[in-house]
Amino acid sequence: MKERLRRSRLFLPGNNPKIIQDGGVFEADAIILDLEDAVSIDSKDEARILVKWALREVDFGGSEVLIRVNHPDSGFFEDDMGIISGAVEGIVLPKAESEGDVEKLAGFLDTIEKDMGIDKEIIIIPTIESALGVMNAYEIASGPRVAALAFGAEDFTKDIGAERTPEGKELWYARSAIVTAAKAAGVQALDTVYPNVRDEEGLRAETEAARRMGFDGKSAIHPNQIGIIHDVFTPSPEEIKKALAVMRAIKEAEEKKSGVIALNGRMIDRPVVERAKTVIRLAEAAGIDTEELPEE
Amino acid sequence: MPVNAVGREIPREIDGKKLIPFGGAYARKPEGRLHAPKIPPLIRPGESKVLPSLDDAIEKAGITDGMTLSFHHHFRDGDLLVNMVLEKLAKKGIKDLKMAHIALFPVHEPLVKYIENGVITSTEGSLNGPTGRAISMGKLKGLATLRSHGGRVRAVKAGEIEIDVNFIAAPTADTYGNCNGFWGKSPCGPLSYAMIDAEHADTVIAVTDNLVRYPALPLSIPQTQVDYVTTVDNIGIPEKIVSGTTQITRSPARLKIARQAIQLIKEAGYIKDGMSFQAGAGGVSLAATKFLGDAMRKEGVKGSFAMGGTTRYVTDMLRDGLIDTIFDAQLFDLYALDSLRNNPKHVEVSSEMYADIHTKGTIVNRVDVSFLGATEIDTDFNVNVNTHSDGWLLHGTGGHQDVAAGSDFTMILAPSFRGRVPIITDSVTTVTTPGETIDAIVTERGIAINPRREDILDRLHGSTLPIMPIEDLMKRVRRITGVPKKPEFEDRIVAVIEYRDGTVIDVVRQKKMK
Repeated sequence: MKERLRRSRLFLPGNNPKIIQDGGVFEADAIILDLEDAVSIDSKDEARILVKWALREVDFGGSEVLIRVNHPDSGFFEDDMGIISGAVEGIVLPKAESEGDVEKLAGFLDTIEKDMGIDKEIIIIPTIESALGVMNAYEIASGPRVAALAFGAEDFTKDIGAERTPEGKELWYARSAIVTAAKAAGVQALDTVYPNVRDEEGLRAETEAARRMGFDGKSAIHPNQIGIIHDVFTPSPEEIKKALAVMRAIKEAEEKKSGVIALNGRMIDRPVVERAKTVIRLAEAAGIDTEELPEE
Repeated sequence: MPVNAVGREIPREIDGKKLIPFGGAYARKPEGRLHAPKIPPLIRPGESKVLPSLDDAIEKAGITDGMTLSFHHHFRDGDLLVNMVLEKLAKKGIKDLKMAHIALFPVHEPLVKYIENGVITSTEGSLNGPTGRAISMGKLKGLATLRSHGGRVRAVKAGEIEIDVNFIAAPTADTYGNCNGFWGKSPCGPLSYAMIDAEHADTVIAVTDNLVRYPALPLSIPQTQVDYVTTVDNIGIPEKIVSGTTQITRSPARLKIARQAIQLIKEAGYIKDGMSFQAGAGGVSLAATKFLGDAMRKEGVKGSFAMGGTTRYVTDMLRDGLIDTIFDAQLFDLYALDSLRNNPKHVEVSSEMYADIHTKGTIVNRVDVSFLGATEIDTDFNVNVNTHSDGWLLHGTGGHQDVAAGSDFTMILAPSFRGRVPIITDSVTTVTTPGETIDAIVTERGIAINPRREDILDRLHGSTLPIMPIEDLMKRVRRITGVPKKPEFEDRIVAVIEYRDGTVIDVVRQKKMK
C-alpha cells in the first residue's frame, strides 16, 4: 500500500534470528529485513534462508514488512529476489542512482506477483546514497511502484568526500533535494538513520530537524529509537485542533455541496487539506482520540 | 488430602506440624493474643554488654542442639556473618539447628554442607540459590517453610517461630547495644527486618565492624532489646550489600514493558495527586520507576509516598518534589543511602509496619499501584516466584504476597518468555501469590487484565494498548516457544509455601533427578 504511515522504519539484520523474532514487538511503522549492508558477504546465504523462514513464521504485528535487497548490479540481487513472497509489502532498493535501477526491480516484481498470484502491489522505496542519486532524485522518485524516497547518509558522505558531523551541515543540500524531489513526485520522504544509539537527545534533535524540513519519517537502527521518532512525529495539540477545523470545513462544504472550502473566511487549497489529513493520521497513530478533542 | 482455595492439595500435617489450607487472601479471621517475648534478665547499672569476640558471644548465648537462630538479610549477597556463625557452631559439634533467617543468598553456599550433615535440619526463611537447590534435592532432613516479609513477622508474633538467639549484623553499634545501618564501613541503610527478631528473641547479639561510643543514632534497634555486643573485622562486603541492579535496562523489549505499564496506570486513572506506589530493583522496575516519574512530571502530579525497596530513581523523585515521602524497609543503592541519611522525609520503617497482616493496618494497604515480577503466571493469574518452571526452589517470596494483597492495582512486569520458556502457563508450578490479588500482567507481546477488575477494564475501554485475555496472550507466546513439558517430582514434600496469614498456599516437592 503506497499511502501509509512511515514515521519509523526499523532495520533488522537478516542473519540475526533473535532480533528478527522480536521484530514485531517494537511497533515500528515498518520493519526492514536487511540482506544488504548489515549482512557480510559470506553470510548472504544464511540471511536469505533465515528471512525466508521469518516471512512465513514471525508475526510482525502491525509493522509494514520491507526487505532491503542488494543492489541490482551486486551479484546477489537475483538470489535475494528469489525469497520474495506475498508476505513482503515492499522492497528497499539501496544505492539507487537512476530510474533504470527502479525499473529493473519493478520488472522482477511484475513477474513475481504474476507467478505467485499476489494481488496487492509490492511497493518500492529507493534509497539515495550517492551524489548521482541526489542529482537523479526526481526521476527515481517518479519510477514505478515507488511509495517513498529514503536517504542514506553514511554512504553519501563517503561518496562526496565529506566528513559526517553531528550538526549535519554537509547533508543539508542532499536532504533538501530528496524532500523536494519526493514531494514533486507525490511520494513520502524518509530521513537517514541516527547512528549513535545511546544519544537520545541527539536523535530527538535530528528527528525534529528532519520533520521541520518536510520528511515524513526517519529510519532506526535500534528499537529504542522508535519511541523518540514517533514522539517527534506526533502533532502538537494546536496542530491537531487546526487540522480538525480544516476537516470540519471540508465536511461543511460537502454538506452545502459547495466547491469552495473556507475556514475563518479564507479559502483552503489542496495542500492544506492534504496536510490536515496527514496530521489527523499521525495523531491517531499516536493513540490520540481526535474525536474526544473539544471543538474550538 | 484437602484442596485449598487455589486448587492445591495440602496435607493436614507434615512432621507433626499442622497445616491450614489457604482459603482466600482475606479469608482467615485473626483470633487469640500475640506471643510475648520472655522477660529480659536483670541488667545492673555499670554492667558491660561488650564481649571480646564472636566466640565469646556464642558461648554466652548458650547455643545447644535444636535451637532456632535468626539473621536479617540486609547485606544480601554481601553477608559474611551467617557463614561465620554457622562455621563456629559446626566446629563445636552443634547440630539439629533451625535456621530462621530472613533470606539466604548465593554467598551462603557453605550452608549446603551443614544441611547435608545435619547441623541444620529445618529452615524458616527465604532461600535464593544454592541452599534452595539443595533443599529441592531433598537434602534437608526436616522441612523448609517459606514466608513473605509480612508473613514472617506474623509468624514471630504468633509464636510460630520462637527464636532462641538472634544475631544482628550491625553496620554501627554502640557499647550498650543501640544499632543502625546508616553509618560505618558496611552501611545497609534500614535495619527494618531485624526489628521484630530483636523484639522477640530470647537472646540478641549485635555483631559490628563499627563499634562506637554510646549513644549511636539513629536508634534503629534500641539498647532495650540487645543482650551483647561484639566485633568482627568485617560483617559484610560493602559493594555487594547494595547490589541491586542500578542500571536501567537497555533491552528494548523490557523498556517497552515498563513504558506500557506506565501507560496502563495512566489510562486506568492512577496518575493523580496523592498517588502512592511501590517498585523494586531490577532493570524493568527501575525503568518503570523512571517512566512513572516522567509521567508525573508531565501531568503535573505530586504523589504522597513511595514504599521502598529504595533505588536512586525513587530518591530522585523525592528530591524533585514528585513524592512527599519514602517509606524505606530496604536499600538497593548507595545513592539512596545518602537520601535516607539526610532527608527527613525519607524514613526507615519496620517490616511489621510495612507488611504484617496481624497489625491494625500496614503500609502496603495504602499503596495504589505496585510493580512486581514473576517466574510464572497462570491463566487464573496465580503467580510463582519461588520455583522455576523446571521445579527448582530458587527464590524467596519477599514482599510479593503482601504488596499484591495490599496495593490497589498490582501489575506483574515480565518478558513473555525467558530462554525458550513462556511466562504464562495454564497452571504455575508453585503458587506463591493468589491470582485474586494480581490485577494485570504486562509483557512486550501483550497485556492481560484480571477479569475480576471490571472497573479497570471499563476505564481501559477504547485503549490502544494491546490488551487481550490472558489465554490469548499465552497462545500468542506459545506460537513462538511451543508448550514446555512440566517438571517431575518425587512424593516427598520438602518445602511449604505459607501465605501471609499463616495458611498454606502450596507445597514444593522433591525434584525428580534423572
